[in-house]
Amino acid sequence: MTDLTLDPARPAAKNWNRIALRWLLFTLLGLFALFYLMPLFVMITTSLKSLEEIRTGSLIAFPREVTFDAWRTAWSEACTGIQCEGLRPFFWNSVVIAVPAVAISTMLGAANGYVIAQWRFRGANLIFSLMLFGCFIPFQVVLLPMARMLGLMGLAGSIPGLIFVHVIYGIGFTTLFFRNFYVTIPQDLVKAAKVDGAGFFRIFWSIFLPLSLPIIVVTVIWQFTQIWNDFLFGVSFSQAGTQPVTVALNNIVNSTTGVKEYNVDMAAAIIAALPTLLVYAVAGKYFIRGLTAGSVKG
Amino acid sequence: MAPILDITNLRKNYGATEILKDINVSIEPGDFLVLVGPSGCGKSTLLNCIAGLEPISGGQIEIGGRDMTHVSPKDRDIAMVFQSYALYPTMTVAKNITFGMKVRGADAATQARKLKEVAAQLQIEALLDRRPGQLSGGQRQRVAMGRALVRDPKLFLFDEPLSNLDAKLRVEMRTEIKKLHQNLGATMVYVTHDQIEAMTLATKIVVMKGGVVQQIGTPAEIYNKPANLFVADFMGSPAMNLIPARAQPNGQGTRIEMDCGGSAPIVLKDTRATGLPQDVILGVRPEDIAEAGFRAGEGVQEAACLIDMVEPAGADTYVVSNLGGKQVTARLHAETRAQPGQMLDLAFDLSKVSYFSPATGERLN
Repeated sequence: MTDLTLDPARPAAKNWNRIALRWLLFTLLGLFALFYLMPLFVMITTSLKSLEEIRTGSLIAFPREVTFDAWRTAWSEACTGIQCEGLRPFFWNSVVIAVPAVAISTMLGAANGYVIAQWRFRGANLIFSLMLFGCFIPFQVVLLPMARMLGLMGLAGSIPGLIFVHVIYGIGFTTLFFRNFYVTIPQDLVKAAKVDGAGFFRIFWSIFLPLSLPIIVVTVIWQFTQIWNDFLFGVSFSQAGTQPVTVALNNIVNSTTGVKEYNVDMAAAIIAALPTLLVYAVAGKYFIRGLTAGSVKG
Repeated sequence: MAPILDITNLRKNYGATEILKDINVSIEPGDFLVLVGPSGCGKSTLLNCIAGLEPISGGQIEIGGRDMTHVSPKDRDIAMVFQSYALYPTMTVAKNITFGMKVRGADAATQARKLKEVAAQLQIEALLDRRPGQLSGGQRQRVAMGRALVRDPKLFLFDEPLSNLDAKLRVEMRTEIKKLHQNLGATMVYVTHDQIEAMTLATKIVVMKGGVVQQIGTPAEIYNKPANLFVADFMGSPAMNLIPARAQPNGQGTRIEMDCGGSAPIVLKDTRATGLPQDVILGVRPEDIAEAGFRAGEGVQEAACLIDMVEPAGADTYVVSNLGGKQVTARLHAETRAQPGQMLDLAFDLSKVSYFSPATGERLN
């Protein structure tokens, strides 16, 4: 399919068929892409219109007059309940929650995966199964026990509390990712390092972590998206000053009185979604494969 | 001289499965011990036990006069070369070689000096800044050796280090390992399934099967006086001919009779062998059967055999006939006029033969 060069030995009719097919394919793919991009288009154009224009114009029309008022309002003026400071404070809450939670859960996942994959101890499989099971427990089930736990630990309604919840919930997934990556690394590497005199942490630090860039990127993208987009834990375990951006977004959309400010809602939604998009854009290119090439037989 | 490696009554179980049964091996400084056997015989497990990478279920391992049974690998004063080379993929060749020294806290000057020595010895100076992924199989092999050499340990352990190389390179590296052993005077334990590697490298061979040591000896002992049918069949290529025969005391010696296809049985007279049971298996190496007239000496007996096949191999010609219901290979000189389907007088060198019991498989003479 990738070979577009025309083979002169081929009959012309066959080539025309191939070209027609390719065009059909591209057209179809293009249509799908447009279809998927439609909501984003509507969000962006709406956020750039004035309320007046939204009321009178068509949903999919380009803005006649581009204005960033809605963005400014969404960022620093919109009301979330009684408070009218926009998304800004909550956006930083989310950053302060997501960054350490992603970092800690990724590190713990790497350590867990390393132990489970390369230091087969008695019961390793059982522990791994239990951790996997943790991935499949629905959020709702843990709400009450977790609230009680956080209360006992004195972390109720605090940002460290939310970080704790996300780390705990993330360990299952991060362990799974790292474990599956590390089982593909030959055990001989560990043996060689042991004979060389390296201990448990030395082997992890000097040999496994440098190999782990691809899986770290995957884990970070996954964890960041999960934690940034989380709503249920955010709404359950936070209080006025510690709410994450998703909760604030909900409050902005739900607490407007009188005319619904669609442009502000759209701008706020885009702002709330930007970091995850950014993570994909920045980290995506570090999806490097084949770093382990050469460790095993030629 | 005190043994540098002394294994006594070593046992290893995985659950109820016995992998190694009552292993007793000991070697002197400077020995080249080869553990050889078919896959699954426990030879690699034994090596891992010596390295301390596998815990043992019973017995004792002493290295350099110290009980190392429960000592961790890093304190056993060993270095190991793995079949997969196990080079650290993110480190350069230089870092791979110096990793062990770095972990043990050697200072930078020592590291650099030893790295230089080893790189020169193995001719890998030009590769030091590359990563393992950029090396060929043979180069990786050298780096893996370098990583072991730089440590200057009491004991070198090799786990089938050549089996991932192509045939030509394997022979080259084999010679190089042998040279290394001679130059360093180091003590080595080497695992292989290749009996030629075992014969060429070893000063002492341990033949294993099913977790049991079959025979321990010098290459010559193993080759000339195999302890049982398994060793006889496993060591040597082409394999030793194992011919069912009937033995009868006859004066000073023994009369050996073998069935020969459709024609009359072949009768040989062994003047040395005595006390053989009636049924024996006669073991004779292909090179101990020559064309009549080309081999003389005490114990050489001639008999006519029907030749089934002639296989010229350049330096020699192998002829195959049928004795005692078995294909029997003889190694003749290259210019033999043997023709398939014709009778040929063959000279059996009975001074070199082995006799085995068909019931137990043990050696009788």
